Amino acid sequence: MKTLKDEGVDTIFGYPGGAVLDIYDALAQTDIDHILVRHEQAAVHAADAFARAKSTVGVSLVTSGPGATNTVTGIASAYCDSIPLVVLTGQVPRPLIGNDAFQEVDIVGITRPCTKHNYLVQKTEDIAQTVKEAFYIARSGRPGPVLVDLPKDIINTKITYKEPTPIKIKSYKPTYDPNIKQLKRVVSLLKKSERPMIFAGGGIILSGASKDLTQLAKTLHIPVTTSLMGLGAFPGDDPLWLGMIGMHGTYRANMSSASCDLMIAVGVRFDDRVTGKTDAFASQANIVHIDIDPTSIRKNINVQVPVVGDCKRTLTKLNEIILQEDFKKVENKRAPWLKQIDEWRKAQRLAYDQKDIIKPQYVIDKLYELTGGNAIITTEVGQNQMWAAQFYHFNRPNRFITSGGLGCMGFGLPAAIGAQVACPNELVVDIAGDGSIQMNIQELATAVQFNLPVKVLILNNQYLGMVRQWQELFYKKKYVWTHMECAPDFVKLAEAFGAKGFSASHPDEVEDVLKKAIAIKGPVVMDFHVEQEECVYPMVPAGAPITEMLLV
Amino acid sequence: MNTKKRILSLLVDNEPGVLSRISGLFSGRGFNIESLCVAETKDKGISRITIVTIGNDMILEQIKKQLNKLINVIKVIDFIDKPTIYREMLLIKVTAKATYRAEILRIVDIFRCKTVDVGPEHYTIEVTGNEEKINALLNLLRPFGIKEIARTGTIALGRELS
Repeated sequence: MKTLKDEGVDTIFGYPGGAVLDIYDALAQTDIDHILVRHEQAAVHAADAFARAKSTVGVSLVTSGPGATNTVTGIASAYCDSIPLVVLTGQVPRPLIGNDAFQEVDIVGITRPCTKHNYLVQKTEDIAQTVKEAFYIARSGRPGPVLVDLPKDIINTKITYKEPTPIKIKSYKPTYDPNIKQLKRVVSLLKKSERPMIFAGGGIILSGASKDLTQLAKTLHIPVTTSLMGLGAFPGDDPLWLGMIGMHGTYRANMSSASCDLMIAVGVRFDDRVTGKTDAFASQANIVHIDIDPTSIRKNINVQVPVVGDCKRTLTKLNEIILQEDFKKVENKRAPWLKQIDEWRKAQRLAYDQKDIIKPQYVIDKLYELTGGNAIITTEVGQNQMWAAQFYHFNRPNRFITSGGLGCMGFGLPAAIGAQVACPNELVVDIAGDGSIQMNIQELATAVQFNLPVKVLILNNQYLGMVRQWQELFYKKKYVWTHMECAPDFVKLAEAFGAKGFSASHPDEVEDVLKKAIAIKGPVVMDFHVEQEECVYPMVPAGAPITEMLLV
Repeated sequence: MNTKKRILSLLVDNEPGVLSRISGLFSGRGFNIESLCVAETKDKGISRITIVTIGNDMILEQIKKQLNKLINVIKVIDFIDKPTIYREMLLIKVTAKATYRAEILRIVDIFRCKTVDVGPEHYTIEVTGNEEKINALLNLLRPFGIKEIARTGTIALGRELS
């Protein structure tokens, strides 16, 4: 507990059990807040969102055996999205390890591939140092989840507390400061470039580099796109904003990537959802790749100027160098490129045609309008996630919290809870589908217990939407097991948990339901009955270059 | 694609689970382990793992970077451009009928290996050497009938240039 307090932990998301009774007993004697979830997976998702919303390390505490295995999905999601987390799991006493004991699993073995690092603590004397080291590893370099497995007999032993020593790991030394020579190469490429673009991602948000990114873009009039994880890094209402890039990105973002002559990629990993066919991606451009993790560089896409470094430090330095250089009449030079982009924008806008049935995109549009683009949005996965990304124009970082890399359904509601705990005075909305919301619906109890006024917005089309879309487009509309029959009455379900519930079946009802929900000082579920066979467009079919989009 | 064999020597923390982490990395990412040899170094806290892997340039680059990323890996040594000594040890149980027993012993003598076990119809031969020597010996013994082989996997150290 002392080590946790020294690391600045003020909130733990957890679920007790036999192996962690002593830890919970000690917890009661501190002033650390604890949020009791209803499923350990939710404890990790909530800690994940807490970490993202507050730019800190999230902490979960669960018991051994099934408690630990229930965290694996949450840990894998945090691993894919590089979120700093420390997950503390109880373990059976040391003599029983490996003996098939009650509630025993080799959680260290199970999570080896999906944690940044993990530990099984063998001696009571090592607890403080190990936990301190776990925090260091979680938050440094490319962040990630770290698991610490704590056998019960070690926790039970009484020893005198010894202050842990400063962390120095000889085999782990991330590179934060960029190579200046490489940055000078970037500047010379910028000078020559006629059609540059910036492709930013989650790394900007983790590094807190949003202002530096915006300064770079606006100083040199460079249009900006981001991956799903980067939404909010650059203001979504700025004229230089291209929209998201990739499989469900905007027309102008995808077309720009194919025509640009210089792409500055910063804090991204060139995921397959973004690149489409890799040898066709940004084929006309010199690519600069700035990232703190050397393994991301030249993993999927060959780049001309790799720069290993922290996004914020690198962009700060780059901006410094640029200020000393003379970029003559950059605005005029950029005009033809920006004009072309504007033509693409006019050619293909994100559109929908609403008559008597609510279009899911309309709900998001209205939400954006009513909240002024200022809410914290968490999402589930699938069509709901994509429409949230397309129609809610984030203008600040740390506002869009989604399971990007793993794409984990059931993430949204616990994430909304975590974000609400981190930012008690903000409006937090979980944009969900009727499939996803049922995966962690039990967390409504958590929201009610702690009076967390999260708003759950269900785009209810009675289908597993994204899978149905693929079946429509590529499997001749054979909807095999994607029709979600027997969904509950979400309004009654919300009330059963002690929350409020509203539903809407006609476009005219949408605005009222949203307004009512936002005004209530408690958790609310909104069930919007939307168009059943609506598709997310644009769409790049798997394996195609991202310029070959299926359009509305 | 031009795939090549590459020998990497890793200096790692001598802790439980480290070998599992490394072999998990290879299997999880579809990298190939042709052979693997691990033991303590002169420093009890550090082990050396020698891995023989196969891949093209891009994959080999990824393997080295991914290994470097692991917290327990202290150093990754790639012997590709350095003068290096490679050795592997084998125990080979070869059928040795009366008609050609002498021939086998002659081969053993020429290759300067040792006979470490003898029976009415077999010899067990111990050989240490680089890949060339070992392949040559195996090719010569194969016609006689090799019953069993146990190999250690390649180990390597760089030469010190004076």
